[in-house]
Amino acid sequence: MEAGPVNGRRGAGPWLLLLPAALVMLIAFALPVGMLLARAFTHPEPGLQNFILLWERPVYLHVLVNTVMIAAAATPVTLILAYPVAHAMAHGSPRTRRLLTFLVLIPFWTSLLVRSFATVILLQRRGPLNTLLVNIGVIDAPLPLIYNLTGVLLGAVQTLLPFVIFPLYSSMRRIDPTLMPAALTMGASPVRAFLRVYLPLSLPGLMTGATLVFISMLGYFVIPALLGGPRQTMVGQLIQDQVGQLGSWGVAGALSFVLLAVTAGLLGLLHRLVGLKAVAR
Amino acid sequence: MTLPAMGDPAGPILELRGIRKQYGRLAAVDDVSLELRHGEFLTFLGPSGSGKTTTLMLVAGLQQPDSGRIILAGKPVDRLPPYKRDIGMVFQHYALFPHMTVRRNVAFPLEMRGTPRAEAERLVSAALAMVGLPDHGDRLPRQLSGGQQQRVALARAMVYRPALLLMDEPLGALDKALREGLQLEIKRLHREQRMSVLYVTHDQAEALTMSDRIAVFDEGRIQQIGTPSELYERPATRFVASFVGETNFIPGTVLGRDGDACRIAVAGVPMLASDRFSAQPGTRVTLAIRPERLRLSAAGEGVPAELVDLIYLGNARRYVLRLPDGTEWSALLQAGMADAATLRHGDAVRLTWEAAHATAFPG
Ligand SMILES: Nc1ncnc2c1ncn2[C@@H]1O[C@H](COP(=O)(O)OP(=O)(O)OP(=O)(O)O)[C@@H](O)[C@H]1O
Ligand SMILES: [Mg+2]
Repeated sequence: MEAGPVNGRRGAGPWLLLLPAALVMLIAFALPVGMLLARAFTHPEPGLQNFILLWERPVYLHVLVNTVMIAAAATPVTLILAYPVAHAMAHGSPRTRRLLTFLVLIPFWTSLLVRSFATVILLQRRGPLNTLLVNIGVIDAPLPLIYNLTGVLLGAVQTLLPFVIFPLYSSMRRIDPTLMPAALTMGASPVRAFLRVYLPLSLPGLMTGATLVFISMLGYFVIPALLGGPRQTMVGQLIQDQVGQLGSWGVAGALSFVLLAVTAGLLGLLHRLVGLKAVAR
Repeated sequence: MTLPAMGDPAGPILELRGIRKQYGRLAAVDDVSLELRHGEFLTFLGPSGSGKTTTLMLVAGLQQPDSGRIILAGKPVDRLPPYKRDIGMVFQHYALFPHMTVRRNVAFPLEMRGTPRAEAERLVSAALAMVGLPDHGDRLPRQLSGGQQQRVALARAMVYRPALLLMDEPLGALDKALREGLQLEIKRLHREQRMSVLYVTHDQAEALTMSDRIAVFDEGRIQQIGTPSELYERPATRFVASFVGETNFIPGTVLGRDGDACRIAVAGVPMLASDRFSAQPGTRVTLAIRPERLRLSAAGEGVPAELVDLIYLGNARRYVLRLPDGTEWSALLQAGMADAATLRHGDAVRLTWEAAHATAFPG
């Protein structure tokens, strides 16, 4: 948005307008997170004992690796499912675009908790999905769809899809729709035209989407708690337990610190590999 | 992919037979037939929505016809996807790949054809030199001007020497001065490279400048196909007369025949015109006469009129003439025509023309 000079103070106006949001972020986000992270080093007494604890008890490292693996598994699944939807939204008729936008937004009408409980009911051993599959003879015995990785991925992917579809859509909208026909007239088969022309041009959207999914997923705790088993315990749940049940803010802070460091490290690596420019553009 | 099959050089490179394409209830292309000769530059000219782009898409294979046949270099290509037809296409908005340098763009069709690398490098350099951009290969498309981008698109569509080059309003996004420069350049490339070209425009001056032949489209149909002078001098329909060049449309009534010509009453004065239908006496017709074909004299035979305006154009003068019934005609006279130069506003004049230069259309 372009704002003109306000009261002759060129440029100051727009910056002032950012202040309320900055204040909210400071009070509701930066301060509490900072305090939590600080407690890793100060609670119950100053020192590195919280980090030493994390290192000495294998369960913490195990859960951390688990968390990264689950997030890493959810990311490509979500991207692949989102890609054709975003493509249809970007290059379909206005009617298609309106309909798909509406459908993609429907999940936001209900809370994450309600949706996750609904997913529990749907996926359980004697749930509607298993009953249907058995009755029409696709499977002989009910599939284990819940309290395992499948359950976590199903639940996570459905909540994350909109967050990938929209950035993908906005980057695909900027792709000139005549590029693909142009490539075809030059002798490229549809697959080669896609790989050489369309896919590289949609990379910024893919990277933004991947980043969003991966980071969100690292901090998930409702979905693994409801849809996962003990083997799908994620760092978010541990942090929640430490604070909620054990009151040990120091360990929670240390876990948060490590989670943040891992997130930053992995993002740095990802962007080193694919190029930060792709996301920024 | 191999080199273009040359077929019989005397035969057509492209043949359309009764092509039809329907969108819902609208016939976007309606029974279009034509032949494009080897090395010919044929232009589709017509108003917006007349089916020019759709016809080009059908030739390219980017759309499927509902009926009809498309024969390229002697082979039916109706069932072939675009990437198996031996064509090149230039789009109005260039359609350059924004993530590839100019060289990579031009190399793309060669790469798709598996041209050996050294050979491809040589062809790309030659193509860029051909369009006057030998030193721009390492730039990205967005670092070039619109005219330069379209030159790159031309190089990319010609570098693999397709049997047929399709261009859909390639100059439509450029300003006038640039457009005229590139018109001449495309003509030059066409001549030097001996390409067969299908070109689309809705600019009649561009069509007249560039084409060997023009197909005039209206409502999905070809109204007339012929050389620029054929269209201009002998328009087949009233639509063609109005769309190509400037025309006076003058109402009259058929009186009878006079040899090859037709005797017609115009503002009560019997005059001669040519007709393409055998008009019966009493039929109401419309005459089409080009402004530069009207002759003015101060007295004598002809249709009486009053000179209401005189516009000096440098190399010519335009005379606006009003007839007793109130209709206004326009006449164009080259500078140096002594007899008309003395006329003034308000003068009474007589208008005449040669029978061959007035065409009568029904209605
Ligand atoms: N994909 C489509 N779906 C529906 N109708 C279409 C489609 N493409 C073209 N049409 C219609 O077909 C007709 C011919 O369109 P076409 O694009 O061929 O015209 P054109 O002569 O190229 O016009 P312009 O000079 O504006 O480019 C128009 O009425 C257009 O609205
Ligand atoms: Mg068009």
